[in-house]
Parts: sequence; C-alpha cells; structure tokens
Amino acid sequence: MRDRSNPLPIEFQDVAYAAGNTPILNAISLAISAGPPTLLLGPNGSGKTTLLKLAMGLLTPVAGRILYASDAEVARRRCAFVFQKPVMLRRSAARNIAFALKAAARAPEAATIERLLQAVGLGGVAERPARRLSGGEQQRLALARALARDPAVLFLDEPTASLDPAATKSVEDIIVRTAARGVKIVMATHDLGQARRLAGNVVLLANGGIVEQGAATTFFQAPATAMAKQFLAGELIL
Amino acid sequence: MRLRLRQLIVLLLFSQLAPALPAAAEEKAIVVASTTSTQDSGLFNFILPMFKAKTGIDVRVIAQGTGQALDTGRRGDADVVFVHAKPQEEKFVADGFGVKRFAVMYNDFVLIGPKSDPAKIKGGNDVVAALQAISKTEAPFVSRGDKSGTHAAELALWKEANLDPANTKPAWYREIGQGMGAALNTAGAMGAYVLSDRGTWISFKNKGELAIVVEGDRRLFNQYGVILVNPAKHPSVKKDLGQAFIDWLVSGEGQEAIRAYKIDGQQLFFPNAGEG
Amino acid sequence: MTALELIWSGDARLFQIVGLSLFVTLSATVLAAGVGMPLGALLALSRFPGRHALIVLVNGAMGLPPVVVGLVVFLLLSRSGPLGELGILFTPQAMIIAQAILIAPIIAALTRQVIEDLWAEYRDELTAMDVAGARRVVALLWDARFSLITTLLAGFGRAAAEVGAVMIVGGNIDGFTRVMTTTIALETSKGNLPLAIGLGLVLIAVILAVNTLAWAARGWSERHVG
Repeated sequence: MRDRSNPLPIEFQDVAYAAGNTPILNAISLAISAGPPTLLLGPNGSGKTTLLKLAMGLLTPVAGRILYASDAEVARRRCAFVFQKPVMLRRSAARNIAFALKAAARAPEAATIERLLQAVGLGGVAERPARRLSGGEQQRLALARALARDPAVLFLDEPTASLDPAATKSVEDIIVRTAARGVKIVMATHDLGQARRLAGNVVLLANGGIVEQGAATTFFQAPATAMAKQFLAGELIL
Repeated sequence: MRLRLRQLIVLLLFSQLAPALPAAAEEKAIVVASTTSTQDSGLFNFILPMFKAKTGIDVRVIAQGTGQALDTGRRGDADVVFVHAKPQEEKFVADGFGVKRFAVMYNDFVLIGPKSDPAKIKGGNDVVAALQAISKTEAPFVSRGDKSGTHAAELALWKEANLDPANTKPAWYREIGQGMGAALNTAGAMGAYVLSDRGTWISFKNKGELAIVVEGDRRLFNQYGVILVNPAKHPSVKKDLGQAFIDWLVSGEGQEAIRAYKIDGQQLFFPNAGEG
Repeated sequence: MTALELIWSGDARLFQIVGLSLFVTLSATVLAAGVGMPLGALLALSRFPGRHALIVLVNGAMGLPPVVVGLVVFLLLSRSGPLGELGILFTPQAMIIAQAILIAPIIAALTRQVIEDLWAEYRDELTAMDVAGARRVVALLWDARFSLITTLLAGFGRAAAEVGAVMIVGGNIDGFTRVMTTTIALETSKGNLPLAIGLGLVLIAVILAVNTLAWAARGWSERHVG
C-alpha cells in the first residue's frame, strides 16, 4: 500500500542556519502550503539554496524547527529535489530513471520509464549514457528522476541558471505542466522574468531574512517594502 | 553492465576454485617433504614418472632444508619424509613422529673452491686437513647455515677438525641461510670455498671460477633415508600410498631407477637399501 | 633452453606455470575485491569511533610483507594448526587465500579514497533520492568503476609480483603449485640465470597483457555504457 499522506503545509518556525561560524538564515518563519508555485527570490548569498535544502531535510536547522503535516519520514518520501548542477549516474538515461524509481520503492517498469522520459521530451535518448547528454537534457533528466518519485512537493534550485533560452523554455513548460497536475512547486530563481511567468506566491530573501512574501500579483505590481521595490528595479545593494 | 552478467562472471571465476577444493583427501597423491639439493639434482623428475606409471600415485615433492622438511613431517603436513641426516632422522622416529627409517641411497659431498685456491688445498683427499688450512689462511668460506643435511654434514666436519666457526663467527665464515644453489652462486661471486653435494654441483650452471678441490674422503659420504610420517600422530597421513612409495624406493625396481639416473654421463646416487 | 625457445616450442610446462599463475592471482584479486571494496566503501561512508585508527591500520596493511603473510597462513592451514582439517596447505587454494589476504588492504584503502572523493560529489543527490545502506554502497562502487579498475590492477600487480607468500603456503611443487615467481626463484638458486631472466621477462609481459586487456575493457565500456 503506498502511503498518500501529504507533507504540506511545511512550516518553518524561527528557523536559523549557520555554516560553521557564518550565519546564513536568521529566524525564518514561513509556511509552504498547497497551491500554485512558490518562488524564492533574492540576491546571491541570500540563503535561497539553504532554505530549500532545509525544507527537503538535507540540512538541519541550528535553531527553530521545521514541521510537516505528515511525519518526517513520510515527508521525505513525498518530496523531491532538482539541483542546479544535477549529478548524472554513470549509466543510460533510462537506467538513471530506473534507479530513482527503485530508490522510491516503485517498480522500474519499462512503461513507467518511457512515460517519464516522454514527459520531459527525452523519449529518443533512453539508451544514451546520461553523462553524454547536453546541459539542458541533463536538467530535464534530473526533473524526470525527481518526478519518478511521484512527489507531492518538488523543490528546484535555479534549474535553468546555466541553460540557454530554448532549454529554459522546455524546462519551464514541464514545470508548468507538473504544477497543473497538483504537485507543489517550490523554486529558487534569480531570473525575474521567470518568476513573473511561473509564480503563484513569492518569497523575497535578503540578509538572511524574509523581506517580503505574498501573492505574486501583489508582489510584482504593488510591492510593500522599500527593499522589494529596489530589488524589482534591480537596484538592491546589500 | 547488467547485474546478472556481473554475477555470472563472478560465479564463473569462483567455479574455478570449487572443483579443486573437495577431493584432496580422495586423490591418489602424497606429499613428500625432501631437500632442495635432492630436488635440484633432478632425481625426482627422473624416477617419479616411473613410480606414477606403475602405481598411478602422484608424488608432490616439497623441497626444503632438512630441518624444515622434518618439521613439515612433525606437523603432519607431509606423508613421507625423504632426507639425508641420519642422526636427525633417527631422532624423528624415536620421538614418535615417524614409523620406521629405511636407508635408500647415498651420494657424496665435494669441497668446492675458487681456481685461485688461497688455502692451497686443491687435489687433496683429506677434507678435515683442508678445512684446517682454510681456517688457518682465513680464506672465505660460505656455509648454508639453514639446518639442512648439507649444513649438518659441514658442521660435523668442522667438529672433526677441532674448529667451531659457526659459534666463533670469524669474518671469513659467511652463513647465508639459503639452499645449495644460492650457496654456490654466493661462493662464486665471493671467490669462496663451499661444501656441496655432488649432484647439485654437476647440474649447477653458473660454475664460473669454481671447481672441485677435495673429493673422495669417506667422511664426505651422504646417506639418504626415507620415513613414513606416523599416522598415529596425524590420522590424515595417507599411510598406504606413502608406504607404497617407500616400498618401491627400496625395491629392486626403485633402486635400479636411482642407479640409472645420470648427469653428463655421471651417476649421482648409489642405491644401498638395507645397508645405511 | 632459453625462455624464448620454451615459448616458441609451446613448452607445455611453461604454459602450465603461466596458466596457474594467472589462475591463482586473478582468483585472489576477485576474492580480495569481494571483501576489500565493500569494506573500503563502508569506511568512506560511515562514521564511528575509531574510524581514523582503522583507516591508518588499513593503509599500513598495504605494506604487509608477503613472506610474513605466507608464514601466518601456513601456520593456520598446517595440519597442526587451527584450520588443518581443511587440508589445503600446499595447494593452489592456499596460495589464493594468502594472496587475497595480502592485497585486500590495498584494494580497501584505494577504494576508500575513491569513494570518499565521489561521495563529496554525490552526497546531496543520493540523499535527496533516499538512497542509503547497501543500495548506496553499490551505486557508488558502480559509478566509480573506472577508477576502481586501477585499484584492481594495483592489487593484481602486487599479487602477481610476490614470491614469499606463495612459496611458503604452496611449497613450489613441480606441476602443482609452481608459479612464475617461484620458478624464477628456483632457477636462480640453481644457477640458471639466463633462463631466470627470460622467465622474468615473460612474467612482466603477462602482467602487461592483463593490464592492457583491462584498460581496453574500460575504454570500450566507457564508450558504450558511459
């Protein structure tokens, strides 16, 4: 019997994180709820990646707690992560997906693998060594691997940062389709245009804290804080 | 590579181990602990195929120094011991490790030295006098120093000469702790004297500047004995197969085979079952 | 007879000796890899008290003297020893065991280093995919397979070159436990130096051949399976 409990909403209560002696996030309080994609914005070093990894359970907070609606173990299984520079296993694209399926306790059936590859537009390269795919193709394969887990929440860390416009569009299309199927998207990006296209909610991070958060339309049209206004104008200097 | 293919390859490799593992006990084979000088003489390569043809028994020879060979017998790691050190062999039987000692054959030792002959002993037939001359002139001498039969014979000769270089350790006496071939190599390289069995000397291919300086002295005769390891001490000993080997060695057939072995037309071993 | 003449005439004994050498050393390498690779990977991935001491021990064991390993295995397998019942002293099986013990530390130590380096790269991805335990070890070992081939070749080379262990536990029995290295030692002690050198060159050529094959296999695999 597959467990269908949903980890959402994920609540951050006064969460802080430091790497050694360097503080990265201070007293973050945030709720990630079901609904349209939540995009994390902010200058480099503002803690976007750290926040995503904390939510995924890859890092442990130094202070505060993170609560999931289901228990923590179930939460891990229903979440998936796409890294900015994904690591391809040294095997074919299809076998990468098979590996992800097995790790998620799902049967690595040929039909499932085929479907996942088609969903990200990689149907034609199933047998090619994954390390020999182009940057965009690898990013899409990483997405397929994440989707193989049948996640309730999909975390993405600047997935199109190193891709050209065409590849960026393919990846964005897949994300939109995935969101439409009911998967919660939580994504970090430094591309304001991308944020405008995809966001349902926005969280703006700066100096280790949340500057502003709320509905995307509100944020882009009528930002509440001065920092947000500066950020949108491209003038945020820290 | 599919998981199954990998497993198959590993299985194939390990299957090589399997067939050789079990039937060791049922194999028609015995382990004989003998000495390096006997092995190096080539005698076994000559007579063992004859024994196998007659009985179908595989004889596996471990060639070690006499001390080590007797130790191998004591531990029960060999079925038969075939060495040339009568006092040690008799003790082996007396201590209960061997069933009975049978004399098989003898060969002789020769004193080898450099052509330059610093001790001026060449052509003599008195080995004790020769050793005294070597000691007096402090000419270099290589000893095997490895508790072998040859080593034991060498020490016995020094004793007869009223000398004890193994314990006084003068600079000209070089103990190398290795087999006959190595000792000859070293003697050749150092221009030293060395006691060797005739068999190893004849087949030694690196003679260089070395030659026989003293031979024929009765005290240089080297008696071989064969003993079955006592199955009462080690039940794993293959006593029937081992005894078959011993019986063959002392039989007319075995003795004739030993007599027939020649190197460069020279007979090396003189069968004397029932005598030594 | 020189070594070249032996090869040219297809001398049966020479080929038997080469065949036995390869059988013993390749089997030992497979056995040592079966133990050493998972051990190395576990050392790389786990944290426990005494881990650093164990790593130093394994690294140090790379320098185990072959003759000492041979002596210890001899005492264990002797009829008078604890494992005498097995009756495998002076057989190729004993030689395989001794060589496997000799090279397992090399394979473990080098595997540990390779996996530790790889883990730094794979940690986030594998943790995000919920990969742990045996699955994690197997995944890392498989992905590191090209680097690990060099590790296997290092172990193979060390075993193929040693004489101390196989001499003591094998007994250098003609036609049964005589391998290339013990033959060379024997011919040297008999004064057959040209033959000994020739056989030495044959041994080196065989080792090079194995390395060439392994490298070619690696190249083919990289091109086709990636």
